[in-house]
Amino acid sequence: MAKMKKLSRRDFVVSAATASGGLALGLFMPGFPAFAAPAYKNPAFAGDAADPREVNAWVVIEPDDTVTLRCPMAEMGQGTGTGLPMLLAEELECDWSKVKVEFSSVNRNIRENGIYGDQMTAGSRGIRTTWPYVQQAGASARARLIAAAAQRWNVATSECVAAKSKVMHQASGRSLRFGELVTDAAKIKLAQEPAIKTPEEFKFAGTRQPRLDSAAKSDGSAKFGIDTREAGQLYASIMSCPVFGGKLVSVDDSAIRNARGVKQVVKLDDAVAVVADNYWRANEALKKLKVKWDGGKDARTDSIRFAQDYRDALDGPLVAARNDGDAKGVIAKSAHVVTAEYETPLLAHATMEPCNATVHLQKGRMDIWMGSQSAFSNAKMAAEETGLKPEQIYFHQTYLGGGFGRRTFGDELRHAIRVAKAGNITVPLQLLWSREQDMHADRYRPQSAIRMKGALTADGKLEALYIQSACGSIARSTGRKVPDGIDFTALEGIGPSVPYNKIPNWYTGQMLKDTHVPVGYWRSVGGSQNCFYMESFIDELAHAAGKDPLEFRRSLTDRVDSLAVLKKLEEISNWHKPLAPGRGRGISLVDNHEALGGQVAEVTIQSNGEVKVDRVYAVTDAYHVVNPNLVDAQIEGGVIFGMTAMLYGEITIKDGAAVQGNFNDYRMVRMPDAPATVTALALTGGKDEKGKPKWGGVGECSTAPIAAAIANAIFAASGKRIRSLPLKNLKLTELASL
Amino acid sequence: MVTLKINGQQHSLDVEADMPLLWAIRNEIGLTGTKYGCGIAQCGACTVLMDGKAVRSCSLPVGSAQDKNIVTIEGLAENGNLTKVQQAWVAEDVPQCGYCQSGQIMSAVALLNRTSNPDESDIDAAMAGNICRCGTYVRIRRAIKRAAGKV
Repeated sequence: MAKMKKLSRRDFVVSAATASGGLALGLFMPGFPAFAAPAYKNPAFAGDAADPREVNAWVVIEPDDTVTLRCPMAEMGQGTGTGLPMLLAEELECDWSKVKVEFSSVNRNIRENGIYGDQMTAGSRGIRTTWPYVQQAGASARARLIAAAAQRWNVATSECVAAKSKVMHQASGRSLRFGELVTDAAKIKLAQEPAIKTPEEFKFAGTRQPRLDSAAKSDGSAKFGIDTREAGQLYASIMSCPVFGGKLVSVDDSAIRNARGVKQVVKLDDAVAVVADNYWRANEALKKLKVKWDGGKDARTDSIRFAQDYRDALDGPLVAARNDGDAKGVIAKSAHVVTAEYETPLLAHATMEPCNATVHLQKGRMDIWMGSQSAFSNAKMAAEETGLKPEQIYFHQTYLGGGFGRRTFGDELRHAIRVAKAGNITVPLQLLWSREQDMHADRYRPQSAIRMKGALTADGKLEALYIQSACGSIARSTGRKVPDGIDFTALEGIGPSVPYNKIPNWYTGQMLKDTHVPVGYWRSVGGSQNCFYMESFIDELAHAAGKDPLEFRRSLTDRVDSLAVLKKLEEISNWHKPLAPGRGRGISLVDNHEALGGQVAEVTIQSNGEVKVDRVYAVTDAYHVVNPNLVDAQIEGGVIFGMTAMLYGEITIKDGAAVQGNFNDYRMVRMPDAPATVTALALTGGKDEKGKPKWGGVGECSTAPIAAAIANAIFAASGKRIRSLPLKNLKLTELASL
Repeated sequence: MVTLKINGQQHSLDVEADMPLLWAIRNEIGLTGTKYGCGIAQCGACTVLMDGKAVRSCSLPVGSAQDKNIVTIEGLAENGNLTKVQQAWVAEDVPQCGYCQSGQIMSAVALLNRTSNPDESDIDAAMAGNICRCGTYVRIRRAIKRAAGKV
């Protein structure tokens, strides 16, 4: 596998300039018609070869001034397909209505040494780590356009400025459109690349703007991987061994011989697939196969046993992952220790678009159409699977019907390639996981258990936290070694990534406890369970100390961001205004993917003991933002995503296999459950430790806090403490009041 | 042969009468705006209009859709102009990933077909069959009100 060069901004500009060298063609392909409003191009993916109109590999300007950003990030709803072009327009000084966006070429990224970075769309990184590249692309393009104009007018570049898709020479009043300069600009070599703007200098970025893809996603024209239709395409449905890691023994296909449209049954080591001319025919035939599996010893496992194993693991031995001061000693001597144990289950991603991949395997070439959070590494995996060279893989990125961490691994692509190879299928083949396969063959949010102890002083100050955690390791499950026994993804929220800095004695011990069930990244990752634990326990401590939960949190930190979020939350939620009996308000504060998320949930305990979440106030500090409209959408959605987990989310294991298989037994928050949501930003700006602008990621920081906010609201309303999820398994009326 | 009238066009399809309408639309006719999400009428991604009412096409055999007026997301726009529900979706920037939105829009259109002025509980009832994993419910609610002329 080709090792990707680590790309600095400088390298990127140099290689971009190389890529656009030799473009003295002066011949333009007919330009695309001008669009009244910005949009995604159709097809949405870029060509795999350099374009004579490109100023650098990231930016193409057409003679009619249309600007296209080749976006390195996938678009799975998070909105960076609008946010990143905004950053480009900011630097390029172009007319926003002339900006379009397309997915950058994966093949070109392979051939040109990672010119678009790793194209990994995960970890709330869309803006957080991509801004320097996009801003530099825009600034460098602008400098070349100015240089080209200055050359043509024979004036100094310092006398020229770019604005609204034109370069102007102020002294003479002359101006040229970007489209008129682009051929010359592509040939310009700059002695030094220009500096990029700081967020304080932004005029356009930071403003509320509509998404570029709303129309395409409201008229049925947006193309997802599942919508790929190539000439002669066949369809496959697949079933993996229900027991993770198990093997296929035999297949009796007598029931589907002569079934209409069925082309073949393909056997893999651990799965069986049916290929047909219509997906429904393939899937119906698959269901009629009589299949024998060998689940091995793991076929005797179940969730009840796992839950006990996780609880037992808390007694150690644990690896010290955080150890400030002397938490153990302080707790041993303390007169007021609070102890609680919590646990949470496995969770499925359940993206609305079930995983799928379309492949066309030919001699010396394979085309792939799918929506992937990790197209670059998926393409390299495809090369290994097929024996082709990486540059022989042509990966066509599509929209993703949800990601949430599921679409990083390429499991569906591996299936499609293996079926095509084993079945010697040389026409395009679309392999689609049925909803049941999608839920049964997931890489789940890890199961975990935790024991937390806190020592309070006589006047109610938290002087020590002692945390014992047992959690599945995503790193190990995805094939990476964890030599020191510490996996960040299992720790975030209980060791690193916490909003508090004034707890003097703090120990976190970790046991990475794995089962045969694969685990993976799930929106907000470790925060999804750890922030529920931490923020519920902080609430327990506040009540034990006789303090207001918001004021108690304030006493634990002097971080500017944490305090700003708490203050804003206090204001917008009317925190100090009492609620009617039977109603309660709960607060939660997290630091997740470098953004602060604070929430207040308001709940009503109904007469039958059921909980209704009435309203959620969500405050975010991501330091800087490109488009508050996109941030609001992420925050609103993240609340619902986390709320589904809190109320209903649970994958159970029986006989080694996942029990839940569809939305009838893996319930989701729906419209009637959805609370009113009030969002607000509390941006504190600033720079990181290297002096660069500090950007937080907003894709996950609203998923992490919601479970604790609701649980704490339930406590405020009822005196019942929720220590295990999901809530559906608990009868509030039977829980003891604390 | 099964004859379907989809978006005003007649299609004669040589398919099994028990093939769900969804797969006839997506695989045989080639309109991909209608989505597969669950196959058991639990998520609403496959919602289309049949004689003006919202139905889950993943669980409706094509045989039962004969002689009915079927409208998919592609058939809503008139003369290339988005309908008021679609315009409201764009104005409120409802979609995130967008995968469920065809179904959401079809359910909203069916709601407004029968109730021009829906209240909160009408919206809850009409939209409860459509899951959005991205969690756009707040904006869907707003868009429906906008389309009903309440914003």
